Amino acid sequence: MEFDPVLLARIQFAFTISFHIIFPAFTIGLSAFITVLLLLWLRTDNEKFHRLARFWTKIFAVSFAMGVVSGIVLSYQFGTNWSRFSEFSGNVIGPLIGYEVLTAFYLEATFLGILLFGWNRFPPWLITLAAGLVAVGTATSAFWILAANSWMHTPTGHEIRNGIAFPVSWWEIIFNPSFPYRFAHMLNAAYLTTAVVVLAVGARYLLAGRHVEESRTMLRMAVGMIAIVAPLQLFIGDLHGLNTLKHQPAKVAAMEGHWNSKEPGALVLFGIPDEKARKNHYQIALPGVGSLVLTHSWEGRYSGLTDFPESDWPPVANVFFSFRIMVGIGMLLIVVGLWGAYLWWRGSLFESRWFLRSTSYMWPLGFIAILAGWFVTEQGRQPWVVQGLLRTADATSPVPGASVASTLALFVFIYGIVFSMGIYYINRLIHAGPKGEATAAPQGLPNRPLSAAEEAAREATGRGPGSGARPLTPPKG
Amino acid sequence: MEPYLPLIWAGLIGTAVAMYVILDGFDLGIGVLFPFTREEEDRDVMMNSVAPFWDGNETWLVLGGGGLWVAFPTAYAVIMPAFYLPVIGMLLALVLRGVSFEFRWVAKPSHCMWDVAFAGGSITAAFLQGVILGGLLQGVNVVDRQYAGGAFDWLTPFAVFVGIAVVAGYGLLGATWLIMRTTGPVRELGRHWATILLFAVLGAMAVISLWTPLTIDRIAARWFSLPNLYFLWPIPLAAALIGFGVWHWLRQGRENLPFFGTIALFLLGYAGLVISTAPYLVPPHLTFWDTAAAPSSQMFLLVGTVFLLPMILGYTAFVYWMFRGKIGPGEGYH
Ligand code: HDD
Ligand code: HEM
Ligand code: HEM
Repeated sequence: MEFDPVLLARIQFAFTISFHIIFPAFTIGLSAFITVLLLLWLRTDNEKFHRLARFWTKIFAVSFAMGVVSGIVLSYQFGTNWSRFSEFSGNVIGPLIGYEVLTAFYLEATFLGILLFGWNRFPPWLITLAAGLVAVGTATSAFWILAANSWMHTPTGHEIRNGIAFPVSWWEIIFNPSFPYRFAHMLNAAYLTTAVVVLAVGARYLLAGRHVEESRTMLRMAVGMIAIVAPLQLFIGDLHGLNTLKHQPAKVAAMEGHWNSKEPGALVLFGIPDEKARKNHYQIALPGVGSLVLTHSWEGRYSGLTDFPESDWPPVANVFFSFRIMVGIGMLLIVVGLWGAYLWWRGSLFESRWFLRSTSYMWPLGFIAILAGWFVTEQGRQPWVVQGLLRTADATSPVPGASVASTLALFVFIYGIVFSMGIYYINRLIHAGPKGEATAAPQGLPNRPLSAAEEAAREATGRGPGSGARPLTPPKG
Repeated sequence: MEPYLPLIWAGLIGTAVAMYVILDGFDLGIGVLFPFTREEEDRDVMMNSVAPFWDGNETWLVLGGGGLWVAFPTAYAVIMPAFYLPVIGMLLALVLRGVSFEFRWVAKPSHCMWDVAFAGGSITAAFLQGVILGGLLQGVNVVDRQYAGGAFDWLTPFAVFVGIAVVAGYGLLGATWLIMRTTGPVRELGRHWATILLFAVLGAMAVISLWTPLTIDRIAARWFSLPNLYFLWPIPLAAALIGFGVWHWLRQGRENLPFFGTIALFLLGYAGLVISTAPYLVPPHLTFWDTAAAPSSQMFLLVGTVFLLPMILGYTAFVYWMFRGKIGPGEGYH
């Protein structure tokens, strides 16, 4: 059997990085949320903030572990799967990744120990400080990796010699034209996604009549956040798109399903792009609105796909549909934010069963939008790895297709297990809910490390680790 | 400055790799020793003794790999495809053992699967790291600055032997760590296995020290030509003395010295390997200078490293210090 190593390498990279991004998106948001809860606890001395912070820290621990291990895989995959890309771009984006390790990964990984295992040992201010440092670390990590990624979309500040990129201006490399938009859009996406999860969990508890005090806090915090952050995401996304039109017009043409630059662009609500026929089937569209959004004029003209040689087209349908999924979810979340804010203002946020029931199912929406967004961005760049400089087909490693295929199968198998078990365990922790009354007073040193999830495990199963025979008690509501 | 940059970076990456081997070595070693006790309580203590540290430890692996890409992109672009299968295998093994730290607790009481994943992942990762090291020592087939060998070039008896040696070495680090950080049956487990593994490690070091010069001319020339021989003979001597010291301290029942002695042993073995291969980064074809990144790239990251690395070492030490002290059986939870 013959394998196409380029296609396999792409599938493998897409698979592993899609798996990875789910967890950073959540841990970036969650670490910030936990920090806020801890600060509120320090300021108000209200136990509910403490209980909530501990509860979310357990979930954070499980998700962080998955983020870390899947990230380590990625940092080596540049070399294993894209060695020619690594050599081409190493001088320019290598140092950015180096700074990510030095400024972000060590900070996160080291202070994580205190955040997860220090609750009964260290004073609250130290835990809060550790949480804050972890939150800063995760956002810093996004800063550097997105600078590297944005350079691949809008490369500036370099020169090409002997087929290899050399740095000319670090400022221009880091703050390349698409970076500010991508960084803002991604960071905002992470906070939005986390807020939606918090909302769903709070709604779930309220519907079941459990943890009422904590749930109300979660609901208020989440609704407030979504009402601000979801519209902001639309605003940033719009600017991002305008920027992309300037630098990667073929990508925007695919996103919009826009074929012909002689006509004003329509806003295609639905359609099935057909690359052969060079048009959309079953199109439902608002004429002229595409031009209005992108050029601020009903009659404005912008590039359509037919302006580019077919060999430079991204996979149109994938980009087109992914974009609609992301924007659709974005719009839905704006509605959720406004609806929640309205109910809050009316004083019926905790009573509206309609609102609680529908939002309790919404937890995956942010993740789906993030994945869809990345599919737009990355597939829209095809057939280039580094826009205009290096084609994907020229970027691979000299590795036989069979090797890539067999490791891809292994990735799917192992990630499949780890991922489904991870989700299952997080669900179990959520089911167990926030627990514990008063703070256990910090016990004296010497210290006794323990897993952050351990305690939750005991609560969830009613059984102490290591003790064989204690009876099972059902989780209390 | 410019001509020295590749050397400085080689030193920094060498340091990162040494830090990784020692730090992740002891927590991988805990996994290596996991199968030797069936008591759930002992396993809890073993895992608790490293739980706050493993993530920080593993970050040195990211710095080693990332640093290689930054400073020596060509070497990175040759080594990774050359060791494609063992590298990906190692990463997957690290995935399994890494998630076990949290999953094992949440899964209780049905955590058996994560015990297996933790032990199996740790042993596999250690073994494959050794295989990669062994394969690299033997040399990589490079044509036109690209990897030009097959998918299984690395699979040689020598590489497999080094793989087993690394498993034993990490096991020894883990065992001496347990002696230092725990009490009761877990410490006894550490004592028992430390002695056995010490002999295995010393034996393996001797075999590797003979095997490499006998089969690889460039290494024989490095060690046995004059005047090198005059400068280099203290290294094996020191290794033998420290090996004896660790054995003696174990018999005396000392708690901290065996761990630090083992670290010294590792560093000497590492020094031996560096002497054997320098200045090659991809033996026998590419040196530090052949594969170096653009000087301005190396410089750009170096400026930050000068400030950031001491900070990292500082807060890493702070966290280790905060979690100092022993963990006894039945502790680690309350
Ligand atoms: C927008 C954010 C973002 C994006 C696009 C990526 N990552 Fe990531 N990564 C993080 C945000 C993050 C994070 C928030 O910092 C992590 C996630 C796990 C964790 O939860 O921390 C992390 C962890 C993490 C780790 C482990 C760090 C440790 O040891 O603590 C590595 C090695 C990478 N990532 C590498 C990558 C690579 C090579 C990527 C791209 C190809 C990548 N990440 C995309
Ligand atoms: C974290 C969110 C990300 C997701 C979900 C994502 C998704 C994808 C997908 C789906 C592909 C395959 C595209 C195709 O071949 O059709 C891809 C390719 C790729 N991406 Fe990303 N990406 C992300 C971030 C990054 C970052 C931060 C970098 C680099 C710094 C990066 C570098 C690459 C490379 C090198 C390829 C392979 C070449 C290619 O197919 O274009 N990606 N990514
Ligand atoms: C509300 C309307 C939204 C608009 C108009 C919008 C717009 C865009 C555009 C134009 C891109 C492609 C940028 C490029 O590569 O050139 C993009 C990418 C992306 N979107 Fe959105 N977006 C919206 C909502 C969302 C939501 C709700 C999320 C997630 C919660 C999200 C997450 C992402 C991510 C992760 C990317 C890839 C990274 C990047 O290029 O920024 N977006 N978005």
